[in-house]
Amino acid sequence: MMLFYLLGTIALAAAVNVVAQRRVFYSALFLIICLCALSGLYMLLQAPFIAAVQVIVYAGAIMVLFLFVIMLLDPFSAVPLSEKKRYLGYLGIAMGTATLVLLVPFLLSYDLSRVPRNVTGMAAGTGITRRIGETIFKEYLLPFEVTSVLILVAIIGAVILGKKKI
Amino acid sequence: MSILPYLVLSALLFTVGTIGVIVKKNIIAIFLCIELMLNGANLSFVAFSSYLNQVHGQVFVFFVMVVAAAEAAVGLAITIAIYRNRNTLSVDDADIMKW
Amino acid sequence: MDFLWLVPALPLLGSAINGLLGKRLPKPVISLVACGSVGVSFLVAAGLVLSLIQRAPEERHVVQTLFTWIAAGDFVATAEFLLDPLSAVMILVVTGVGFLIHVYSIGYMHAEDGYYRFFSYLNLFMFSMLVLVLASNFLLMFVGWEGVGLCSYLLIGYYFDRKSAGDAGKKAFIVNRIGDVGFILGILLIFATFGSMEFDGVFRQISQRFPAETGLGILTGIALLLFVGATGKSAQIPLYVWLPDAMEGPTPVSALIHAATMVTAGVYMVVRCSPIYSRAPFALEVVAIVGTLTAFMAATIGLVQTDIKRVLAYSTVSQLGYMFAAAGVGAYSAGIFHLMTHAFFKALLFLGAGSVIHAMGGEQNLLKMGGLRKHTPITFLTMVVAALAISGIPPLAGFFSKDEILWSAWAHGHPAIWGVGLVTAGLTAFYMFRLVFLTFSGEERMDEHTRRHLHESPASMTVPLVILAVLSVMGGWVGLPAWMGVNRFAAFLEPSLRFTALSEHEPASHALEAGLAVLSVAVAAFGIGAAYNLYVVRRESAQALARRFAGLHALLSHKYYVDEIYDALFVNPAVTGSREVLWKGLDVGIIDGSVNGVGRTIQGSADLLKHLQNGLVRSYASWILAGTIAALFYIYSLIRR
Repeated sequence: MMLFYLLGTIALAAAVNVVAQRRVFYSALFLIICLCALSGLYMLLQAPFIAAVQVIVYAGAIMVLFLFVIMLLDPFSAVPLSEKKRYLGYLGIAMGTATLVLLVPFLLSYDLSRVPRNVTGMAAGTGITRRIGETIFKEYLLPFEVTSVLILVAIIGAVILGKKKI
Repeated sequence: MSILPYLVLSALLFTVGTIGVIVKKNIIAIFLCIELMLNGANLSFVAFSSYLNQVHGQVFVFFVMVVAAAEAAVGLAITIAIYRNRNTLSVDDADIMKW
Repeated sequence: MDFLWLVPALPLLGSAINGLLGKRLPKPVISLVACGSVGVSFLVAAGLVLSLIQRAPEERHVVQTLFTWIAAGDFVATAEFLLDPLSAVMILVVTGVGFLIHVYSIGYMHAEDGYYRFFSYLNLFMFSMLVLVLASNFLLMFVGWEGVGLCSYLLIGYYFDRKSAGDAGKKAFIVNRIGDVGFILGILLIFATFGSMEFDGVFRQISQRFPAETGLGILTGIALLLFVGATGKSAQIPLYVWLPDAMEGPTPVSALIHAATMVTAGVYMVVRCSPIYSRAPFALEVVAIVGTLTAFMAATIGLVQTDIKRVLAYSTVSQLGYMFAAAGVGAYSAGIFHLMTHAFFKALLFLGAGSVIHAMGGEQNLLKMGGLRKHTPITFLTMVVAALAISGIPPLAGFFSKDEILWSAWAHGHPAIWGVGLVTAGLTAFYMFRLVFLTFSGEERMDEHTRRHLHESPASMTVPLVILAVLSVMGGWVGLPAWMGVNRFAAFLEPSLRFTALSEHEPASHALEAGLAVLSVAVAAFGIGAAYNLYVVRRESAQALARRFAGLHALLSHKYYVDEIYDALFVNPAVTGSREVLWKGLDVGIIDGSVNGVGRTIQGSADLLKHLQNGLVRSYASWILAGTIAALFYIYSLIRR
């Protein structure tokens, strides 16, 4: 319980900083913090596999890729970027707040009676990782294979786009 | 404890990401905010998966990560291409695809 | 009898071959295909007619069903061919004369461009005409009716690089359409009244429901509507104006379509529908009067025309008037008899005229001819035979058929028609021999170049002339008048008229009939003599006469100003109305306006909406978020309820 609020506060604060930081390099670092805090929350939710993948793939691989690109370009630049429609920023904040204002009462009013009060039975019995593996390779075999094609397409696209002249 | 705090946190992360997408001008920052939105959604998936003792939510999170990885690869490649050609990282400068 | 379908199918095949492949075929092959298909068709037709004659008269009625064409509810139209004495006469005339004209065309058209096109159209015409006469229901007849109209249009406009030819084609087409409206309305009225379009079914019903002549009624309406169609196709008042202009087509076309076959379709149709007409005395009266008037009026115009083909065209109109007059007085077989003999001698006259034009290198003006007798002896002789035949000099074909008509008019109690017909016969003899004398006798009025060019036509042209001349002499002998023997022709046709309510012949004395015949011959001889006197003996007197009656002459040479009147009454208002109201008002104003208005509206709104697509990704994201908020609002309102 306490752990949830601790991790949640860290994640939320990091997320706000992702948006608030001027330098994109710091934004990326705060995102990593946020992702790690989320990983801890996943552990709380007794989802060790996702927690591990979150750290290894997300916080590790993907964010390293981001940082690579940021370093490659203009890492510490705080030069204000040109902006065509200034009001869009305020509009974004307003609309985001509105979304939240609508979303939270929505969640509160939702009938959660069918959801158990506590995390149940996940850790007991067979390992969760094994169940995920079985589900992916049996029930979701075709989507899983399709994702491999998706990644292949992404690789090719990245290679083509990365060429000197396009 | 109930699932509700998880859902509220998820909504907060998602909203912060959304605001970021609109407010930020740096292309890479926008990407980071999109990652934030994805993670907000992921939290809901995992929370429901755990509370309902169903593994499908976590499988879906796995797929979301795959898509995020692919998106990051292509998106960053596009970013580099734009930077090379226009020497800017502002999304508002890449606006020639219009009427 | 199973080969009946071959009669129209062969020319269709020939048309298809020449039309689709003709461009790559050498001319002899084209000629062989065109003439061969019609020739074989004629032989088949002749064989069929021979076997028809061998049957008992009441069994001379053969129907060959090919396929069901349209079946919609109660309405069934079958593609059926009917061979009975009436259609037998028609197919023999059409294929026989048609074949001779095809052969003639080989010589006449040998130097023309689009040789294959000409023969393809000509064969297509044969097909359509044969469908028309063989059809056993009104709908199929209408198909042939329209088909010959189309071919007529195509062939009149054969020299399409000449504006006058194109205009003449259009005129023929449009005037025929006016008639066709009446025709198709008549057909629809028949279907609405009798629930059938089969000749047999309709006529049987009529003979049961209307045993005798009726007053004004549905039959009169049908008959008059059908007759409107006939006036268009057969060039009667008021729709005759297209036929003289149709002479823009090649001469064989004039001979085949505008003299021997197509223009007689109206007569054929009236005779075919005689069960209707014979029970609608008012309509019959109209037919007789229109026919007689047309015969007289066209003959008077023919007196002063100087274009050799136009003289013949007006002569054709006049002779068609005779045929309608015959049908109008109830002498249907006499009308068909004259149709047949007319096909012979008028085709001969046109082909002879074509031969003359050929010799003159394209010159058609009578006043520039003369003295052609020694240059083109065969043409001269055959033309004289034809002129004698049309004038009604015994024992040539025209005498028997024309005399039959005149006698029928008298015997059926129409002395006025007889009188006008008699005068017209004299006029006919006059203008025919005026043409002959101006062309073949006297001094040679053409220029030096043309004179050296003068020559007799090749054998492919003269042989048909000779054959037609023989037919013009002997063609009438099948229908001798009662005082000279038996009218085999009328007896042969009788089975076709079995549902017709034939009015009783007044028993008249043979002596009276013979006397009237002698009178008509005398009138014709007087006409010939007058022509000889004016155009051979005292040449200047013709001009003197024209000067003395200058007003009448002008009226006649301007064809009673009918074209001008039609222009003023119908053509110009239609053209002006189309241009000023329909084009500039309706088309430009309303139709274009509304179409452009729609375009402008869309363009205007697009000008406003395009600003949504401003290229700014953040703006797009804002819109997405706005949509999300709206969706959330909606869902929230659902939950709150």
